[in-house]
Amino acid sequence: MAQSLERQKAKPHLVEEWVGKVYTLLCIAFLIITIFSIVYFVASKGLSTFFVNHVNVIDLLSGLKWVPEGEPALFGALPFIFGSFSTSILAALIAAPLGFCAAVFMVEIAPKFGRRYLQPVIELLAGIPSVVYGFVGLSVIVPFFRNVFPGQGIGIAAGAIVLSVMILPTITTIATDALAALPRGLKEGSFALGATRWQTIYRIVLPTTLPALMTGIVLGIARAFGEALAVQMVIGNAPHIPRSLFESASTLTSAITLSMGNTAMGTIANNALWSLALILMLMTFVFVFIVRWLEGRSKL
Amino acid sequence: MRAKTADKIATSVIIAVAALIVLVLAGLLGYILVRGLGHISFDFLTSAPETIRKGGGIGPQLFNSVFLLVLTMLITIPIGLGAGIYMSEYAPANRITNFIRLIVEVLSSVPSIIVGLFGLLVLVNLFGFGFSLFSGALALTVFNLPLMVRITEQGLKGVPREQKEASLALGLSKWKTITSVMLPIALPVILTGTILAAGRVFGEAAALLFTAGMSSPRLDFTDWNPFSPFSPLNPFRPAETLAVHIWKINSEGLAPDAAEIAAGASAVLVITVLIFNFGARWLGRYMHRKFTAIK
Repeated sequence: MAQSLERQKAKPHLVEEWVGKVYTLLCIAFLIITIFSIVYFVASKGLSTFFVNHVNVIDLLSGLKWVPEGEPALFGALPFIFGSFSTSILAALIAAPLGFCAAVFMVEIAPKFGRRYLQPVIELLAGIPSVVYGFVGLSVIVPFFRNVFPGQGIGIAAGAIVLSVMILPTITTIATDALAALPRGLKEGSFALGATRWQTIYRIVLPTTLPALMTGIVLGIARAFGEALAVQMVIGNAPHIPRSLFESASTLTSAITLSMGNTAMGTIANNALWSLALILMLMTFVFVFIVRWLEGRSKL
Repeated sequence: MRAKTADKIATSVIIAVAALIVLVLAGLLGYILVRGLGHISFDFLTSAPETIRKGGGIGPQLFNSVFLLVLTMLITIPIGLGAGIYMSEYAPANRITNFIRLIVEVLSSVPSIIVGLFGLLVLVNLFGFGFSLFSGALALTVFNLPLMVRITEQGLKGVPREQKEASLALGLSKWKTITSVMLPIALPVILTGTILAAGRVFGEAAALLFTAGMSSPRLDFTDWNPFSPFSPLNPFRPAETLAVHIWKINSEGLAPDAAEIAAGASAVLVITVLIFNFGARWLGRYMHRKFTAIK
């Protein structure tokens, strides 16, 4: 009896340790189960278009017509894929130089002002909800485009502009971190040789930090690719490949957002939407792997 | 001489771009506030929305957003803290840990609409939670977890080694060391991050379209029994949040003043985000001063 009491006294320590270990492990297990079930469920639904409904993969990826309720029903997802890529890449093309300039400004030109004002500004941009971006896009950018350019104003250009503001914080933050992490000696050596600030930035800073800058750009594209509502609000959502930047288009996310609620689970039209989701998810993985690869190449 | 000219041009371009970014944000915030503030009134914030008539408010949506935020954080914080503690303190340096890190990274880049679809399939249909606040909170948990894990890990990694070692040397268990010595020190970082994550929950909409639903039942704000179907506190009722409402009235709003409602609701959303943002900064600085005794 006395012995067992003593043993119990010594135990709380171990019990505590055990509780901590099990608790944290359970949390990690939850995380792992979650991601695997996301992949499993999205893939099983998305693949059933091909295995259950016998839609040809190539037809889906290269087809130009999306008529899920037609006779015969056509599931050509190329317009959506095209819309997603064009809006997100255009957005990155706009945001990358801006983000790079903002980063150089914060690190090289006016560090004090940058840290005090520009950085909070950029963090605020990151915090604004995407529906608000969509709303502003719809009520400012679209009418502006409608007045200035031919067409309705909605389309890939409007989507890309809205997205570029949304991904600017991602690109800027990563570029700033990369520039700030650059060893001082590198820049000082360049200045000592008589190079100007721009020559140093252009010839030394930019090439050395290029993998990190690319990482930021890819992360930005990934974010733009997955963004749903802001784009959906300004792009017009017509399922065809537009002939101009100011003509209504559609993306993978906007197609899913708009149609998922209108189709019954298990029907071919619904499964085809899950295939779009699967493409979206696979692209996310591709982006993650590109980022990993770029990070591995980083010289810093 | 030419190099100097190029330097001057480049510098001015960079300064101009920085100024442009500040202007864009100022314009953005100014536009939202100027257009929206005029429409915000006590009545707008508390009354129910109208579908076809003019003069609808955002009362239930605002309540739903706050309620959903609380529910989500109640689920996210314990799991995120636990997983973050594991990654920072328990995870051995091996392949499996690297794999878990990859998983966290992948999870953080999964688009929120995919999380929403997953919620629709698994939470709403398979588990039968239906379109409900609870489904929405779980989906947002998935969406927020990687962020929470990273915040916790960052906070714990910032704790000085000596403090951890001193506690262990006194014979405290590892778990006790983590919870009573390390977590309090890491708290400012974790809290700041958590508030920013909460701000994100408040504005999130894509994941909620398919989980919390796009409509609210008529809420009876006198009925506080959480099991009654019209009670605002019932977590198993469908709930349209503010962000979802903005999206909905912009895409299919029939009320004649839909644009004003969207402007007003956007202003409310942005003001909330600003409050979260400044609140997090202020709290982080305050706690840092308090805990580290730096004046």
